[in-house]
Amino acid sequence: MAASDYDVAVVGGGLVGVATAWGLAREGCKVAVLDEGDRAVRASRGNFALVWVQSKGLGLAPYAGWTLRSSNAWTGFAQTLKEETGLDVCFQRPGGFHLALSERELEARANTLKRLHNQPGVVDYKTEILDHAQIARMLPDIGPEVVGGSYCPFDGHVNSLRLFRTLHTAINARGVSYLPSHRVETIDRQGGEFRLTTEKGPVRAAKVALAAGNANMRLAPMVGLLAPMKPERGQIVVTERLRPFLHYPVTTLRQTDEGTVMIGDSKEESTDPTGLTLGVSATEAERAVRQFPLLANVNVVRTWSAIRVMTKDGFPIYDESETHPGAFTVCCHSGVTLAANHALTIAPMIARGALDKSLVAPFSARRFHVQEAG
Amino acid sequence: MFKRLAEAGAPVAITVDGKAISARAGDTVAAALLVAGIDHCRTTPVTGAPRAPYCLMGVCFDCLVTIDGVGSRQGCLVPVREGMTVETQLGKREAGR
Repeated sequence: MAASDYDVAVVGGGLVGVATAWGLAREGCKVAVLDEGDRAVRASRGNFALVWVQSKGLGLAPYAGWTLRSSNAWTGFAQTLKEETGLDVCFQRPGGFHLALSERELEARANTLKRLHNQPGVVDYKTEILDHAQIARMLPDIGPEVVGGSYCPFDGHVNSLRLFRTLHTAINARGVSYLPSHRVETIDRQGGEFRLTTEKGPVRAAKVALAAGNANMRLAPMVGLLAPMKPERGQIVVTERLRPFLHYPVTTLRQTDEGTVMIGDSKEESTDPTGLTLGVSATEAERAVRQFPLLANVNVVRTWSAIRVMTKDGFPIYDESETHPGAFTVCCHSGVTLAANHALTIAPMIARGALDKSLVAPFSARRFHVQEAG
Repeated sequence: MFKRLAEAGAPVAITVDGKAISARAGDTVAAALLVAGIDHCRTTPVTGAPRAPYCLMGVCFDCLVTIDGVGSRQGCLVPVREGMTVETQLGKREAGR
C-alpha cells in the first residue's frame, strides 16, 4: 500500500463529518476533513437542534433503536466534549412534546405513534398521549386551542451552533486536518489507496468516509455506492431573548439556553437556500402563537431558510463499498440527534475497516434496489 | 447632562418606573429619559450590562424599554404621550408583556 497522506479522508465538514472525524481521531486515525468553501449550502448552520426521539422509525423499526441509542449516548458525548474543549453544548433532556391544535391532529398523532410502536421488534419510546390539563401541568403557558399532545421522556435539545463549534475545536485539538475550499471533484481508488481531487489539489487517503449531506448523491457512485437524496427546505423564525418560560422542547418550537425561541419545522420541496416564503414563516408563527399565546407580541429578530439533508426515504444510509474497499457512506437527516452514534459507534467501525452489520445492516442503501434488497 | 436648546413643546406627564417625569410634546421616550438624567434604560439579556439610548434613530436597539406594558419597544421611535407608563427593562424580556 502506498504511503497515503491520511488514514481517513472525511468528505464533508458539517455535523456528520466532524462528529465522524472526531470519533476517528479518538481511535488514533490520522484524519483530514475535506470541506467546501463559504458558498457551500450548509445544513449544519441552519438546523433546529432537537435531539429527538418520539417520532423516529415508522417504516423502518431499527431506526427507532438506532435513534434511542444515540439519545442515550448523548449525555456522555456532551460531557466528553466538555472535558476535551471546555465548551458546553448545553444538552438538555427533559423530555419533549408534540402539541395538537385540533382533535383531528391529536388523533393523527396517536395513530402515527401506535403504528410506530406496533412494528415488530421496535424499542419502547415510553411516549404518552396527554390531554390539555396533563400538558398544562408541565407547560403552563399553552393556549386553550391545544387539545392535547404526545410526550416522550427521551427527547431533548442542544445548542447546535455551539455543538458545531465544539466539534471543530475538538477535532483541531486532536490533530485532525480541516481543509476548507476542498470541494471533492473525483474519487479514484489506485494502488490500494484513494485519491481525491479537489479545487486545491489532490488528497490521498487509505479510507474515505462520505459525510457530505445531500452531495453524497454525487459522490457515492464514484466509489460504487448509492445515496439517493431528496433535499427539503425548512424555515425557522427566531424571537428576541426571553426569560425562561418553556422548559421542554416542542417539535415545532423550543426556547434555547440563551433565551431565544426558535419556531420551525416547515417542509418545502426546494433546493434554494437563499429565499424565504413569507406565507410559510407566517403559518409557523401563527401556530406558535396558538400553542403559546404569550408569544403574540414578542419581537422576531431573525428568520432563515436552510436545506435539510434528506435521504429519499428519510432514514439514514450507512454503507461500505464492495467494489472500493475502504469507502464508506455516513449519511442522514438527523445530524444532531445521531452525532453521538456517528462519533462513538460509526467512527470506530470505519477505523476498524468494517461496518458492524448487526447494528447497521438495515441502513444500507441496498434497500433502494428492489431486486437486491434481501 | 443634557440641556434643551428650546422648550417649545407643551409639558407632557409620563412615569418612568413609577416616578413622574416631565417631558415635552415632540420628545421621544428616549429623549425624555436622557433629559430626565436617567443614565440607563435597560440591562442586556445575557451579561446584564447597563445600556442607554445611543443612536437615537432606530438602528442600535439600545434604548429598549417597556412602554404601556409592552416590552422591547424602541424608545427613540415612540413619541411621548400624556399618561404614558415607561419601565426600564432588566435582562431578558418576559414573554407575555
